[in-house]
Amino acid sequence: MPKEASIKIDGSILETLPNATFKVELENGHVVLAHISGKMRMHFIKILPGDKVTVELSPYDLSRGRIIYRYK
Amino acid sequence: MIHIRNSQEIKLLRKSAQIVAMALQMIESRIQPGVTTGELNMVIEDFILSHNARPAFKGFHGYPASSCISIDDQVVHGIPGNRKLQNGELVSIDIGVELDGYFGDAAKTFPVGQVSAEKKRLMQVTQESLYIGIEAAREGNRLSDIGYAIQSYVEAAGFSVVRDLVGHGIGQEMHEDPQIPNYGDPHQGPRLKPGMVFAIEPMVNMGKYEVRTLADEWTVVTVDGLPSAHFEHDIVISSHKAEILSAGN
Repeated sequence: MPKEASIKIDGSILETLPNATFKVELENGHVVLAHISGKMRMHFIKILPGDKVTVELSPYDLSRGRIIYRYK
Repeated sequence: MIHIRNSQEIKLLRKSAQIVAMALQMIESRIQPGVTTGELNMVIEDFILSHNARPAFKGFHGYPASSCISIDDQVVHGIPGNRKLQNGELVSIDIGVELDGYFGDAAKTFPVGQVSAEKKRLMQVTQESLYIGIEAAREGNRLSDIGYAIQSYVEAAGFSVVRDLVGHGIGQEMHEDPQIPNYGDPHQGPRLKPGMVFAIEPMVNMGKYEVRTLADEWTVVTVDGLPSAHFEHDIVISSHKAEILSAGN
């Protein structure tokens, strides 16, 4: 069967938590826990409350995600 | 969500998978130079209907036939038609059926007449990689251990694993969670539990792994035009070795 892509959705950071995890409010109003992608860690991309980001959600657990992009 | 099937459901899944296995066995003798893929499809459809099952591919997202028949550089989803099989080609046949609400789905690549030694090796490695993947599909392992085992084996043989198509859970739908890539890192994803039913289907290219879809919106071909092989079995995870539901006699 064809591979289905993971779900990508924009949101904004509500709160920073320990271990580079964040509480993110998505455009659809849901609040998810998201960690920051390894590539963003490597490039020291700082994320602060209020920043707009793109989160990739796992189809298995829609309450957790991975931040893959921070808008400037 | 990954379903856990009880023994009654597994019985029904076995029945559906067995019809596919028998259809693949039955079609082998028909594969000869000169026969068209459309004729093979007709024979397969008749066989499925004669077992009171429904050809599950027909009408699935608008797919027009009861089987997918893919030749040489066609990886999967080839639509049967007027194309005649020729000596030296590889032909991959993928069949799905539904019986009493439960699905079976399996595939096999056959040689047409005499094929080159390299094509023979491609078929052999692909089939072996399927069994190596099934070997890794046991209780306690994680989902990605299956793809890791397949990829390691295939790449050691000098071939490549298609990325854009994946195996899948199977049950009361033809495609259920999870997606099962035939590549990836080990020890990732959900733990495997007895009663999970998967369709594992490595697609192996002789050349590079890139594929593209033709204008008919179905046929997937290799970008470099080199041949590809495809083997698929339905399995159920158990506390020992996984049982192959679509095994032939």
